[in-house]
Amino acid sequence: MGKPKVAIYDFTGCEGCELQIVNCEEELLDIIANIELVYWREAATISPDGKTPVDCDIALVEGGITTPHDIERIRKIRLKSKILVACGSCASFGGINALKNDLPLDEMKHLVYGDMAQHFETIPAAPMRNYVKVDYELPGCPMVKAEFLKFFKWLLLGKDKWELPRYSVCIECKRKENLCVYDKGMLCLGPVTRAGCGANCPSFGAPCEGCRGLVPEPNVNAALDVLTEHGLSLEDAINNLKMFCNAEKPVATLHTWTKK
Amino acid sequence: MVEVYIPYLTRIEGHGNIVVKEKEGKIECRWEIPEAPRFYEAMLRGKPWDKVAHITSRICGICSAGHTLASIKATEDAFGIKPSEQTWLLRILLNYGEYIQSHSLHAFFLALPDFVGAPSVIHLIPSHKEAVLAAVRLKKLGNDIADLIGGRAVHPCSAFVGGFGRIPTENELLALKAKLQKGQQDIHIMVDVFASLRKSLPNFERKTEFISLYWKNEYPWIDGDIVSSESGVIPYREYLKFVHEWVKPYSSAKRAKNVFSSYAVGPLARVNNNFKQLLDSAKETAEKLSLKTPSYNPFHSNLARIVELVHCIDDAIAKIDKLLAKGLKEEKLNVTPRAGRGVGAVEVPRGILFHDYTYNETGHISNANLVIPTNQNHENIEDDIRAWVPTLIKQKLSDEQIGFNLSMLVRSYDPCVSCSTHLIKVNFKRE
Repeated sequence: MGKPKVAIYDFTGCEGCELQIVNCEEELLDIIANIELVYWREAATISPDGKTPVDCDIALVEGGITTPHDIERIRKIRLKSKILVACGSCASFGGINALKNDLPLDEMKHLVYGDMAQHFETIPAAPMRNYVKVDYELPGCPMVKAEFLKFFKWLLLGKDKWELPRYSVCIECKRKENLCVYDKGMLCLGPVTRAGCGANCPSFGAPCEGCRGLVPEPNVNAALDVLTEHGLSLEDAINNLKMFCNAEKPVATLHTWTKK
Repeated sequence: MVEVYIPYLTRIEGHGNIVVKEKEGKIECRWEIPEAPRFYEAMLRGKPWDKVAHITSRICGICSAGHTLASIKATEDAFGIKPSEQTWLLRILLNYGEYIQSHSLHAFFLALPDFVGAPSVIHLIPSHKEAVLAAVRLKKLGNDIADLIGGRAVHPCSAFVGGFGRIPTENELLALKAKLQKGQQDIHIMVDVFASLRKSLPNFERKTEFISLYWKNEYPWIDGDIVSSESGVIPYREYLKFVHEWVKPYSSAKRAKNVFSSYAVGPLARVNNNFKQLLDSAKETAEKLSLKTPSYNPFHSNLARIVELVHCIDDAIAKIDKLLAKGLKEEKLNVTPRAGRGVGAVEVPRGILFHDYTYNETGHISNANLVIPTNQNHENIEDDIRAWVPTLIKQKLSDEQIGFNLSMLVRSYDPCVSCSTHLIKVNFKRE
């Protein structure tokens, strides 16, 4: 078998996850030597044009779905790709784009574009999985370089098992012996957020903002205890969680807890 | 009748289309932005002050530190907060990290292939291995700075309103200084590469207005007022006197104008307007690259980036020395929200960026206006295309060659379309 054909596509987003791939400076040349890059609009003029999807073994897709055109394009890409990988939070579960889902779209268009609003189409922000089958998801805003490299090596070599961490950021934070962010008087989403970032934000004095999405089966009771102890409510936590997880059902599920 | 169509221009950040139609000598040129609208201004409404910088950072992965700094400065302006000198020095360092990363990415990875006729930097590895490795190291240097100071190169997490969540240690700064010293050697390899390619830059000039920050103390990055090459200096809070935004139906990104039908922001605007403030080493680099100011050739942006890279690397070392001489200390972050308006005017790699917030008394945003550098450049790009196409047609170039030249022109602005909402395809039609 020859080298796997890899394509990198971007949808609505900040292109920060593509930048994370470029930022693998030391490993990037090794990766490129082991693949055949068939599409990467942002970095190379190699495909027949910048727009048409090409046949590939692995498609790395960044950004989220926010226009009718996006839906059509991701479906075309899916048909041309053997493996589809959602890179980052926008592609994996909606991410920051979904903050707009709380607002009436027509009103928002007028707010930003005034009289010209009718020229711009937009739909509620959604992850890739709402429209096509996604084989793997690499959450994070941005996706974590180390996790991407580990995943990609696994994908190329097929050794061992690939799985995202099923525990919370708190575990990684404790391992780093950080002072708990709650004790600094801030609301941290570490207790309910999926680990894998090495507790990046708490290690730099900032609260976890849940950019990797909820951990599977979050211990909401325990999180509620921590919140209550610090004079905060689940409602406060949910408001913060909306920053990245507003397109997600778990936010709605957590809401039902406040009513119990 | 001739027709050329190149959809989604490659090697730029985001998507855009160049449309050129020629019929019986009548030429129509359009620079279209069909990128999905993002609605950040609307999303910010009602958000609390301590989340705003982390939301606006997500406008753009490449200039996330710039958005963070503009956001923080707007909030501090609204709340009447003056950061300490240590905070200011760390912010300048974070800013240098982003410039070194972003300018290296554009100059060496996105633009350089055009000047040597290669489809991508990857194709340059066999012929220019030393230069490619130096470029990779320089880009990494930028990220190393931002990782240490900002907590993460893409979407920094430790820069707060009022200060930093974590102060680097003396040893960490010393290690960074050593890397910067290595960077001083690497940048000179790249200066030589660009000096040798200088002659392949097209000779196209068009008079335009240049708008940037101006600061009496130093080359302006995150401080100062606003200067126009045509109409003088105004206080930063009055930016709307220069920045007149409007919307075109074929472009989800807004446009801006002032004295003429368009103006330019970015490295060439900065260097043209503030040449005297550059470090001597940067001025010498300009001479080596035969960059004379004011320059009205948009392709000279490529040279201005190299000049700024030299300045950023050398001055980063100076800023680290200053931090070490003063001694690093933990600082308490004291923020008391209050109602009012604040403006953050910051130079990011692609030009001047404005964040303008109005807060209510509880520190929640009631109104936000964001003016992005690439938005300010869109109309200037279209005017450049309009001015250059007749010459290209007169030179009897093939459609493909015209498409290549126009792609290179657009690329020299290093457009960041995600920022401006977020696309480039070249659609050239001749009838």
